[in-house]
Amino acid sequence: MRTKTVSRLICVLLGLGMLFGCGERPLNDPYPREDDGKNVLYSSFNERPKHLDPAISYSENEYSIISQIYEPPLQYHYLKRPYTLEPNIAEQLPSVVYLDANGQALPEDAREEDIAYSDYVIRIKQGVLFQPHPAFAQNADGTYRYHALTAQQLKRISTIADFAKTGERELTAEDYIYQIKRLVHPQIHSPIAELMKHYIVGMQAFADQVEQRYRSRPQGGTAFFDLRGVALPGVEALDRYAYKVRIRGKYPQFRFWLAMPFFAPMPWEADAFYAQPGLIEKNVTLDWYPVGTGAYMLTENNPNRRIVLMKNPRFHDEAYPAEGEPADAANGYLQDAGKKLPFIDKIVFTLEREIIPYWNKFLQGYYDASSIASDNFDQAIQFTGQGDIELTPAMREKHVKLQTAVTTSIFYMGFNMLDPVVGGYGEKARKLRQAVSIAVDYEEYISIFQNGRGIPAQGILPPDISGHVDGQAGINPYVYDWADGAPRRKSIEAAKKLLAEAGYPEGREPAGGKPLVLYLDTVARGPDDKAMLDWYRKQFAKLGIQLVLRTTDYNQFQQKMLAGNAQIFMWGWNADYPDPENFFFLLYGPNAKVEKGGENAVNYKNREFDRLFEKMRNMDDGVERLGLIQELQEIIRRDAPWIFGFHPKSFALYHDWYYNLKPNLMANNETKYLRIDAARREARQKAWNRPVYWPIPLAVVLFFIFLLPAWLSYRQRMRATAL
Amino acid sequence: MMQYVVRRILYAVPLLLGVNVLTFVLFFIVNSPDDMARMNLGQKHVTPEAIEKWKRERGYDRPLFWNERSPGAAKLTDTIFYDKSVGLFLLRFGRSDNGRNIGADIRQRMWPSLAIAAPALLVGLLVHVSLALMLVFFRLTYLEFWGVALCVVLMSISSLFYIIGGQFVVGKLLQWVPISGYDTGLEAIKFIILPILISVAAGIGSGVRWYRTLFLEEVEKDYVRTARAKGLTEPRVLFTHVLKNAMIPILTGVVVILPQLFMGSLILESFFSIPGLGSYTIDAISQQDFAIVRAMVFLGSALYILGLLLTDISYTLVDPRVRLS
Repeated sequence: MRTKTVSRLICVLLGLGMLFGCGERPLNDPYPREDDGKNVLYSSFNERPKHLDPAISYSENEYSIISQIYEPPLQYHYLKRPYTLEPNIAEQLPSVVYLDANGQALPEDAREEDIAYSDYVIRIKQGVLFQPHPAFAQNADGTYRYHALTAQQLKRISTIADFAKTGERELTAEDYIYQIKRLVHPQIHSPIAELMKHYIVGMQAFADQVEQRYRSRPQGGTAFFDLRGVALPGVEALDRYAYKVRIRGKYPQFRFWLAMPFFAPMPWEADAFYAQPGLIEKNVTLDWYPVGTGAYMLTENNPNRRIVLMKNPRFHDEAYPAEGEPADAANGYLQDAGKKLPFIDKIVFTLEREIIPYWNKFLQGYYDASSIASDNFDQAIQFTGQGDIELTPAMREKHVKLQTAVTTSIFYMGFNMLDPVVGGYGEKARKLRQAVSIAVDYEEYISIFQNGRGIPAQGILPPDISGHVDGQAGINPYVYDWADGAPRRKSIEAAKKLLAEAGYPEGREPAGGKPLVLYLDTVARGPDDKAMLDWYRKQFAKLGIQLVLRTTDYNQFQQKMLAGNAQIFMWGWNADYPDPENFFFLLYGPNAKVEKGGENAVNYKNREFDRLFEKMRNMDDGVERLGLIQELQEIIRRDAPWIFGFHPKSFALYHDWYYNLKPNLMANNETKYLRIDAARREARQKAWNRPVYWPIPLAVVLFFIFLLPAWLSYRQRMRATAL
Repeated sequence: MMQYVVRRILYAVPLLLGVNVLTFVLFFIVNSPDDMARMNLGQKHVTPEAIEKWKRERGYDRPLFWNERSPGAAKLTDTIFYDKSVGLFLLRFGRSDNGRNIGADIRQRMWPSLAIAAPALLVGLLVHVSLALMLVFFRLTYLEFWGVALCVVLMSISSLFYIIGGQFVVGKLLQWVPISGYDTGLEAIKFIILPILISVAAGIGSGVRWYRTLFLEEVEKDYVRTARAKGLTEPRVLFTHVLKNAMIPILTGVVVILPQLFMGSLILESFFSIPGLGSYTIDAISQQDFAIVRAMVFLGSALYILGLLLTDISYTLVDPRVRLS
């Protein structure tokens, strides 16, 4: 009997083993069987996007989705560097006409002070279609099929995919105008609304008028608040395919905004469709189901699990670029030159909250590319004897490739210029800041805390931003010397000398000889940051300065910054667009945080700087502008309101079935250029994910071994006689 | 009993109101409406005008508890607290701070939570009770000693270790199931096996010790001695008589947590990317979404009170000696 039971057990185990073994599909494949071998790109997101409305979205994780769907008039060339704007839906780059106060056209080289307005005329391509969408579906009589859904119809609808019919429509200039109006819609909180009210002629008055109408509209009517009935004087359609935006004064940076989703087209039908209360109740809104003309369209949005984009069957003709940087051909970036875009049929973004499962899934081949978290850095990257980086043998064995790029960002330490100790524009305060700038060794910081992923900043501008200068001419002479062909941080003795000149010999107060105490305000984070904060303390201690850390949560930190109560703090900036204006404005006096609530967090006010900035910001690129940029750099290097920390370096790993992935830190619509070899991926996934079965019989044997004493004890007890 | 149930439900109202006030006060001690606006509007180009507009649109431009400027009863009703709290008692959760319908989200996300929590509870109960009975069977032997010692060790290990260790061994080394993720229908099975196993394993230490204590109390009672004296075998005594009598505390212990199953597990769901209510709450806290936090705290409290009520009722069902009055 017992032998029979054991034999049965072995048979069951063998059966299970055969069942698992016979299937070719890896057991741990997290994707549906029907997608096997298909041309699908697998990506992830670790935090659900808050918004997918192009008027609101402004964060990287949101852009990674909506930039594939919405198409603004311009885009960045995928391969060229420095970053170059090119037409996207526009037929060519917008023509700009300068006007005086009377509306008379001025020559291109007119003086800035004569320019009262700039007209941007944008002509779009004809025949571009919106993606198929129920908002466009019409009945035979021309009325919209789903714009007045009944309770009966709503019962069957949970997502956008539940609508039986879809329609499509040609893109027109009015769709761009509608979206510009949406930026100040009373219900939409666009982060650039205030900025655009300042620049687009009539935007403020339009916003006021719309607000008034919105508040006074009759309750209980349709929820759709139609913006088409209200004119925006600064934006007008010239014909079906052209529109004009009138800007106050000269604002050349406006062309960069035209490459962002804020200025992508929005069909009024989508607004009308999604405004239905029945759909809002089911979370079927424009904020979650975009409607665009881009290479992809969103077909599934479960922000708690996954977001799926499918190739837009109506996507207009666009070809892979045929030119780029000189090395692009050798690096294989031009292999697909001239081929029709996009290459990938489907993109699946899966929610992946934690680093460990995300990283392991990348190693198993279930994600096509991955960033490198600090925890995994040693598994992926090693340093050569010369200090260069390379992939570890484990990565090379998997044919993983590495790509690095210096981001267009800067992390800095700021001195509050309103502070009586570190702030101010006197020689002593300046020397104190310069001394601290030398003492805080960002080379060491990058090495210890960034795993080498960053370059020390020599000024405010990151590489790839116009005005950044490499080499000896580009160093910060107040912090670095040029030695042996490279910048070398000045010695701590030099810093001490500056400190003594500032009135703090050996880091002590002139009166009483007490150590100078400075305060670093920082956002309280986990215990992991303790080492970093200790490191900062040590940097100041090199000068004999006592650094007191004032940790707080981000809300209170923001309050302190707004009130000007922080003395020293750390912050960062990521470029909106590749123009030096987008960095220098962080130190422009009228943007001071305490006075104006602006982005000038250190409250720096230097008349000369402001004067030169005002001159530079609206100037066209050229030698004169470059000269001004260097003057601006010199002023802030000398005044040292910031310790220019570092520009982070992004490291990306990707598998060898992934093609055309070139870092483009400005463009977010890069997915249409990417290509994958799905067959190779499938083969690798199978090779890397063979289930291991031997622990099963081992576990069974161990179970019986452990059971044996229990069994013996049981028998003994059963045979024992009562006392 | 009906009278008792109605009375308990009425008791629940001030309790829930108290929980709501506490949540409200704690949240707004840490965050101001301005902070919430900044969090929602992002970090760039956030002007005071934009903050004011956001607050006005969401109803956060009013006083918290008392509106001096409003007339009569509106002093109380034209406040953030009143506006955001009254609907909860009608289970109208309203909209999250980024505009989503919370009720629809909860309805959607409770199923993944249940898909993990319900099987984990059943399997866990079976495993823990069985192991506890084994320990009791081998009481006063070295097997019991080492068994209890092992339980203490298992209790001392952080649940994070079980999760990460389970993902590493089963998902990465053995490659039997996906490391994380979720799907619907039958496809969900491969994703929930590991979280369920981990959930059961992580509870073995405390669960087995708890049930062992219950069984040990029973085995010393007179009826057990009588059963043995009748000549029943030890397994029969344990599995028939002791288990049956120990079912009262087991059952009531289970009933009290039944409603809580909907709420999901904060850590487990986060690590396995399970789109349940546990991760929903975590997200809301990190995004300072007061509307969701208050809804989830309210729901959690209401379900807890419901659990206690069900426990009382279940006493009367399994033990005829108990009468509710």
